[in-house]
Amino acid sequence: MYEFNYRKVDSVDAAVEAIQQADDGKFVAGGQTMLPTMKHRLASPSDVIDLGGIAELVGVCVEGDTVIIGAMTTHAAVAASAEVQAAIPALAKLAANIGDPAVRNKGTIGGSIANHDPAADYPAAVIALGATVKTSRREIPGEEFFTDMFETALEEDEIITAVTFPVAEMAAYMKFENPASRYAIVGVFVAKTGGEVRVGVTGATSCAHRGLQLEAALGGQLDASGIDAVELPVENMNSDIHASAEYRAHLVKVMTKRAVEACAQ
Amino acid sequence: MNEQGIGASVRRKEDQRFLIGKGNYTDDINVAGQTHAVFVRSPHAHAEIKGIDTSAAMAASGVVAVLTGEDLAADGIGPLICGVTVTSDDGEPHRAPAHPALAQGKVNYVGDHVAVVIAESKSEARDAAELVDVDYSVLPAVTGTRSAADPGQQQIHEVAPGNVCFNWPFGDKDGVEAAFAAAHKVSKLDLVNNRMVTNPMEPRAALGEYNTGTDEITLHVTTQNPHVHRLVLSAFNQLAPEHKLRVVGPDVGGGFGAKIFVYAEELVVGWACRKVNRPVKWNADRTEAFLADAHGRDHVSTAEMAMDGNGKFLAMRVHTKANLGAYLSTFGTMVPSYLYAFLLAGQYATPLIYSEVKAVFTNTAPVDASRGAGRPEATYLVERLVDICASDMGLDPAEIRRRNFIPVDAFPYQTPVVQCYDSGDYPAALDKAMELADYDGFESRAAEARARGKLRGIGFSSYVEACGIAPSAAVGQLGAGVGLWESAQVRFNPTGNVQVFTGTHSHGQGHETTFAQLVNDQLGVPIENIEVIHGDTAKTQFGMGTYGSRSLAVGGVAISRACDKLVAKGKKIAAHALEAAEGDIEFADGSFSVAGTDKAMSIGEVAFNAYVPHSYPEGVEPGFDENAFFDPTNFSFPAGTHICEIEVDPETGVVEIVKYSAVDDFGRLINPMIVEGQVHGGIAHGVGQALLEGCSYDSEGQLITASYMDYAMPRADNLPSFDVDYAPTNPPDNPLGVKGCGEAGAIGAPPAVINAISNALGVKHIDMPATPENVWRAAQQATAASA
Repeated sequence: MYEFNYRKVDSVDAAVEAIQQADDGKFVAGGQTMLPTMKHRLASPSDVIDLGGIAELVGVCVEGDTVIIGAMTTHAAVAASAEVQAAIPALAKLAANIGDPAVRNKGTIGGSIANHDPAADYPAAVIALGATVKTSRREIPGEEFFTDMFETALEEDEIITAVTFPVAEMAAYMKFENPASRYAIVGVFVAKTGGEVRVGVTGATSCAHRGLQLEAALGGQLDASGIDAVELPVENMNSDIHASAEYRAHLVKVMTKRAVEACAQ
Repeated sequence: MNEQGIGASVRRKEDQRFLIGKGNYTDDINVAGQTHAVFVRSPHAHAEIKGIDTSAAMAASGVVAVLTGEDLAADGIGPLICGVTVTSDDGEPHRAPAHPALAQGKVNYVGDHVAVVIAESKSEARDAAELVDVDYSVLPAVTGTRSAADPGQQQIHEVAPGNVCFNWPFGDKDGVEAAFAAAHKVSKLDLVNNRMVTNPMEPRAALGEYNTGTDEITLHVTTQNPHVHRLVLSAFNQLAPEHKLRVVGPDVGGGFGAKIFVYAEELVVGWACRKVNRPVKWNADRTEAFLADAHGRDHVSTAEMAMDGNGKFLAMRVHTKANLGAYLSTFGTMVPSYLYAFLLAGQYATPLIYSEVKAVFTNTAPVDASRGAGRPEATYLVERLVDICASDMGLDPAEIRRRNFIPVDAFPYQTPVVQCYDSGDYPAALDKAMELADYDGFESRAAEARARGKLRGIGFSSYVEACGIAPSAAVGQLGAGVGLWESAQVRFNPTGNVQVFTGTHSHGQGHETTFAQLVNDQLGVPIENIEVIHGDTAKTQFGMGTYGSRSLAVGGVAISRACDKLVAKGKKIAAHALEAAEGDIEFADGSFSVAGTDKAMSIGEVAFNAYVPHSYPEGVEPGFDENAFFDPTNFSFPAGTHICEIEVDPETGVVEIVKYSAVDDFGRLINPMIVEGQVHGGIAHGVGQALLEGCSYDSEGQLITASYMDYAMPRADNLPSFDVDYAPTNPPDNPLGVKGCGEAGAIGAPPAVINAISNALGVKHIDMPATPENVWRAAQQATAASA
């Protein structure tokens, strides 16, 4: 780790001000990606602005048909929330299987989606559930939030404050884990909300995205019989020692079918 | 049975300190005035060093010294050595390139040691290490085991033309060829034994202290064999004379072979602490462990078996290319030669065996022993080939094994490959394993799995392994530079408690308990009153350390022999005190008694008399403290049958182990709970190799699997609950009737898993690690082939 200035702030405004004043500042939420990256000397921010002191960013509530999760809410808190479990059980289940206990108890939803690791779990849910990302300056539709690998629609000095999820009629997440890291080699979140069936895909390509071909094959129904016939473009898929592009393309369909079946159950 | 003696599953004495965080690992040790070392490592797999500019690093904050290979050479510190000679087919010894602890003009793998920065703090040392400016001229890298010796490959070491370390033919080539020519059937298999990173939980570490008053260096280091470290560092590296070098391997968090070897960092730390006259501490981060610990396995082989019409094995032929990495590690040459080819008979009475091993250099980390060391490679090859033979002959895999097993009445059994197996009852273990695995019920379980869309398979592995490497004369004839005996000292204190000094080393195996039980069984002292001491050359007599499942089979016998001497001496002392003839004294349960009387005294009282010899037999030395050295007459040959049952999800290729049955022959068990723990850990290790662990370099020699993000270790959810049982025999060569148990699981498990997967998919072979994608592809091909 290189030397850096550490600042802990207690409000969103103070955080924004702090990063504007820094040469090359970074926000840190749970730090579960950022700190290992800094320890490996792969990142060297001049200032680390710790969002852990902003009480208003923590917590879960359900208002009508919407689940609102504060950006600094940990994965463990989402997993353990009776309200989330009742409203969108697939989301609680997804959170319960992110990383390991240390990651779940420190890592946050805001940190996860702001980082946009292309193999992270939450992005698939944000997209498939039609979530809205609330920030210090605006509201961003979930499917427009993720722009490229480790890239999002956020500005440098913009902070996620909460993510709001419309309550789905049915939803399920299927994750094919990397045997080493347990990140998603492929993760597919299927949600039926307001008569529409959406598919969010993570891990497969450089960017979490809506599976539009898969959605077309589903035709708004939780019926996976058309999925096998979908031809996903292999050239867009990630390829590494754990899974080739061809295998990933195959897994996207398998995980989609299984998520659809899990919804139907 | 004595409740603390042989056969009792007593809880491990040492676990209290580990569980409450009071273990004393090398990195826990901090001393006044300590500095921190960080190594500058090569980012290139193969490069010439045109120059090293250390000036910016030297000027950086907190830097005490920046040392390079030039400094090392100027001080006469010798290169790292390989301790076992293998004679190549040209009659010359294996090619041994210089292995400097800090590079001298050239680097040969990513992670190779270029310089060391010593600073007041670790972070200052890290910062300064980035300022060491190395001018590299990058050369093409050689990384493939299969192709390293091909014509036209980049030459790595001048002394090793064609990148060949040795080419070692072994066995009756002509006899084997004749048998193949006359065979009813020849089965053949090409296979890869995948490279592994050994990954003990505790990364390597070293702390060197130099005492100007005594001119003595104390080196705390993560070692499995402190005296071997001291011997090598003294005799070959000229670090300090043996009597001025103390090596301490305190609590060590796992070794699995990787901490046997004398590594560059340890030598450099020991040397640098005197050079800068400050204590120097180094500990590896996990990335360094991946890059610079010796790796294991990495063979590419072709195996062939000639059979008669009944599936009886007539002859076996093996061609293996073994990757030794960039340099020879301490025992690197021994692993793919003697520890490998001498085990190719397996459990079978194959009369003729011929093997050729070509050991090659590549621009990868050095390869050396890793749990099993050579025997997993041999066992995987034999047990996969036997399954191919069964399939080719249309025989059940159990049946072909049974037809070829060495008969029970043939022990001790002289194999055609040097080893003479001590004892064994292979059919008994097979029968018991088949019962444990409910082999008869497999077809109905497979049918039930098919109905769920799963492919169920079952696989056998009837392994034998050779551990407790011995005797010294034999290993000397083979070219080893050391003897392989073991030592012990058993010391009573005047108050009757006991200190046991062993030359072996415990780094997780539970010796402090097992050895205390051994002494308890023999001398009747409660294990609470017995302390087992190891791991410090200033405390214990010379010993050879722990590897090759030798500690009990060799070191345990030395302890037992020392106990025998105490009993013999105690009889003299007791006879005097009890006013009886020595021949009338009996010893049992910790008490010396006069036969046929109620006159008795405890061993504690005898010890007191020995130290306070106010009334004492004439001609008997005071003191109650005996040592013994034991040089076995043979290796130890644990064996068994493991049966693995798996289910494949054909849609994803995911393999789930649903049942795993292991029946082993470890002779007599001292602590069955500890043995079962070793079996579990060994199987987990083997399953890791079979399903998960694949160390991988790219064509430029970059290690792709350099962290746990990419290198998959087995975890609890990869494993079923194991069914473990035993089919013991009594090895006549071992005075305690024990065999080694530490490596058996890692040796037996890989072929059981792969045989099960091949069975499930109906394919001839799938290479390890059988990752989901590899299995999915094999399943696709099998489906296409059967369509």
